[in-house]
Amino acid sequence: MVNEDPPLLQMRGIVKQFPGARALDGVDLEIRAGEVHCLLGQNGAGKSTLIKVLAGAHQPTEGEILLDGQPVTITHPVAGLKLGIATMYQELDVVDGLSVAENIYLGHELATGGFSQRRAATASTRALLKRLGHGDMSPHREVGRLSAAGKQIVSMARALSHDARVIVMDEPSAVLDAEEVTNLFRVVRELTASGVAVVYISHRLDEIRQIGDRITVLKDGRTVATGLPVADTPTAELIKLMTGRNVEYAIPPRDTIAPDAPTVLTVDGLALRGAFSDVSFEVRAGEVVGLAGLVGSGRTEILETVFGARKATAGTVQVGDRRLRAGSVSDAVTAGIGLCPEERKSQGLILDEPVYRNITLSTFARNATASFLDEGAERKVAREQIHALDVRPSDPDRSARTLSGGNQQKVLLARWLVHGCRVLLLDEPTRGVDVGARAEIYGLIADLAAQGAAVVVVSSDIPEVIGLSDRVLVVSEGRVVHDGPASGIDEHRVLDLVMEGSAA
Amino acid sequence: MSEHDVTAPAADESARVEQVAKAGETSRGGLLSGATGRNLGLVIALVAICAFGVITAGERFASIDNVLTILRLASVLGVISIGMTFVITGGGIDLSVGSVIGLASVWASTLATQTMAEDLHWTIMVLCALGVGIGAGLINGVLIAYGKVVAFIATLAMLVSARGLAEIIARRQTQIVRVDPFLDFFRSSPLGVPMLVWIFVLVSVAGWVLLNRTTFGRRTIAVGGNPEAARLAGIKVKRHTMYLYALCGLTAGIGGVMMLGRTTAGSSTNGQLYELDAIAAVVVGGTLLIGGRGTIVGTFLGVLIFTTLSNVFTQNNLSISAQAIAKGVIIVVAVLLQQRIAERSRAGT
Repeated sequence: MVNEDPPLLQMRGIVKQFPGARALDGVDLEIRAGEVHCLLGQNGAGKSTLIKVLAGAHQPTEGEILLDGQPVTITHPVAGLKLGIATMYQELDVVDGLSVAENIYLGHELATGGFSQRRAATASTRALLKRLGHGDMSPHREVGRLSAAGKQIVSMARALSHDARVIVMDEPSAVLDAEEVTNLFRVVRELTASGVAVVYISHRLDEIRQIGDRITVLKDGRTVATGLPVADTPTAELIKLMTGRNVEYAIPPRDTIAPDAPTVLTVDGLALRGAFSDVSFEVRAGEVVGLAGLVGSGRTEILETVFGARKATAGTVQVGDRRLRAGSVSDAVTAGIGLCPEERKSQGLILDEPVYRNITLSTFARNATASFLDEGAERKVAREQIHALDVRPSDPDRSARTLSGGNQQKVLLARWLVHGCRVLLLDEPTRGVDVGARAEIYGLIADLAAQGAAVVVVSSDIPEVIGLSDRVLVVSEGRVVHDGPASGIDEHRVLDLVMEGSAA
Repeated sequence: MSEHDVTAPAADESARVEQVAKAGETSRGGLLSGATGRNLGLVIALVAICAFGVITAGERFASIDNVLTILRLASVLGVISIGMTFVITGGGIDLSVGSVIGLASVWASTLATQTMAEDLHWTIMVLCALGVGIGAGLINGVLIAYGKVVAFIATLAMLVSARGLAEIIARRQTQIVRVDPFLDFFRSSPLGVPMLVWIFVLVSVAGWVLLNRTTFGRRTIAVGGNPEAARLAGIKVKRHTMYLYALCGLTAGIGGVMMLGRTTAGSSTNGQLYELDAIAAVVVGGTLLIGGRGTIVGTFLGVLIFTTLSNVFTQNNLSISAQAIAKGVIIVVAVLLQQRIAERSRAGT
């Protein structure tokens, strides 16, 4: 289906700077009419930001977008639609209370003098649905009563109603079952046959094999490979492009842990329905255990379930001799477990509160006398941590919002350091953290372990997991497929294990 | 999964309008904690209203008697607004306070006029009203925290049903309380200041200490500012949410007792529409409706602004309807100004 015409859409050197973070740092993308162009990358690689730039929801800081070779500026989402660029976001932006036809023509209603032309809208909706192979769907049906797959069809029909030439699909298969995915692919093929270009985002490599024509891989906000033909690019190559890293790892060497170090964390037969099952492992004092695997393999869910943020459907978690109550975060915290979540801003910090209160969020009651806060003591404790971890700027009264990603991560680490955790769970500790701060965080993790903490690290960055850990667990499709010393495993072996796991 | 890109939240967060660092940095721990500038604006507004009162009504407005009248009238609204400040700071809303005032006052007055024997102490009556308030608040809190009912709906249901229950208990009759020690207590004026005003001031001070100086207050701000982060830091978010509604119910119970003391009448219509006045006072005071930031001083000033305004209007023989319009304008202007200040301070950091 790939043709050799000039590209329909080009993005050149796109840079997007947010306060404190550079989301896109020079992205190039070239999309041809009638192709399915797959966009690959880990969480945080910049895919979302890129499609928002393309949709007109974000303005690029630098770079240009060309449509049919002509530079265009997409000032807002409606402008994007007018140019023929439609986006189907992951959480489908349909209005549940309106009918199929009303949703499709939302914002560009067929109307004369303010009176909607219901009949015309119904007729053209039927035509659009038929084109998508869903002629049986009633235009009058309330969208809230449709399945996720049905809503997707509505969203696609809406894109077509705008005469879209480029349709961006953000993980369209994430909410679908196997049969619905097959149907989705059929629709995508029909679209491309009529000359529409589809930008397809998915973490499922097997899908990309089935539907994709060419692939662009993003990492850390940059294009690491573009226009790779799906047919001749091995999966291992793709995973390597997404996860590999060329910069030197500044991971400090650590002493091997004492053979008689006591077991601190015992996870036995832990399961969470729909996410993972039968996960068992032990972590000893001073040991760092890494969980490696692809996004969606269940790594994050395992950490959150150990922490009690999700209620296990089976199995137990034990800290020392103490068995934790399932689904109770406060029990886990009391027992000495701390979690630095993946989503620092939404799950970790109270952004408008000062740094010191974020640091003492788990411990302020400890400094209090008869429920009366001792803010002087809190500030003192926070200052010590700010100094020890080199949080910048060092003002404890600054709001957490104003810090960069790396410094926000340090604030979260400081919180659990103050708490004196015996077990520390770190979910993507270096996501969105620049290289310098990354090395500091590696150092902190090593220090923590040296002081006797049991550490569990989840990271999409495979060399990072291997480098940081004493022992590596490889997780694939919700199962632990490998458990062994970090010294006996390398990146390729992990990738093989991950792929074997997904193939099974 | 790609929606979880680290940068996306950064951009989405910017949509949230709020006051950031700067105000918090300038004043650490003073009485006007975290919001000196905003409170100053409220003081200026209050002074302007007073100046208007002095110009238009002269001595009638500027007398000590009139000032005490204003404070007396502000007291019931003031006390429930303190409770409301906690609920709103914690990310919730309580529409039921007005009805709970009615229910608490009716329950207590029924006890006093019908069942209470001569030998029962009048404090039993007071405890009854407070208990009714806490009970209603606990029901709200349990429904919201554990039943996962939206706060607006749960407390709306309480608004309707508490009023209904009050009518049944009162049989739609107004009950006059004739318990002399009780009435004497509320008629007394220690140091020349009416008891009602003392209660308002005491509750405000206690509220300020609770919000700014205790672990309870810190939890309230954390739960309102980011419930998920609070939960993952080990704070028992559900339990705390329940406490917040119980606290708000308690202030409504206190309000019910005060209203009994002021009017001597237990009526099922007591406290009608107080919930709206309380929310207005809290919001005008500078507490964020989305939670995470609350100011007792602001609420105190907000209550005084509304009560003084209505006094000035009454002194000038302007209608209740005109007062209502002025209130509406004040709410809108105050919120617009707050947003401007918030934007400016954001830009400054």
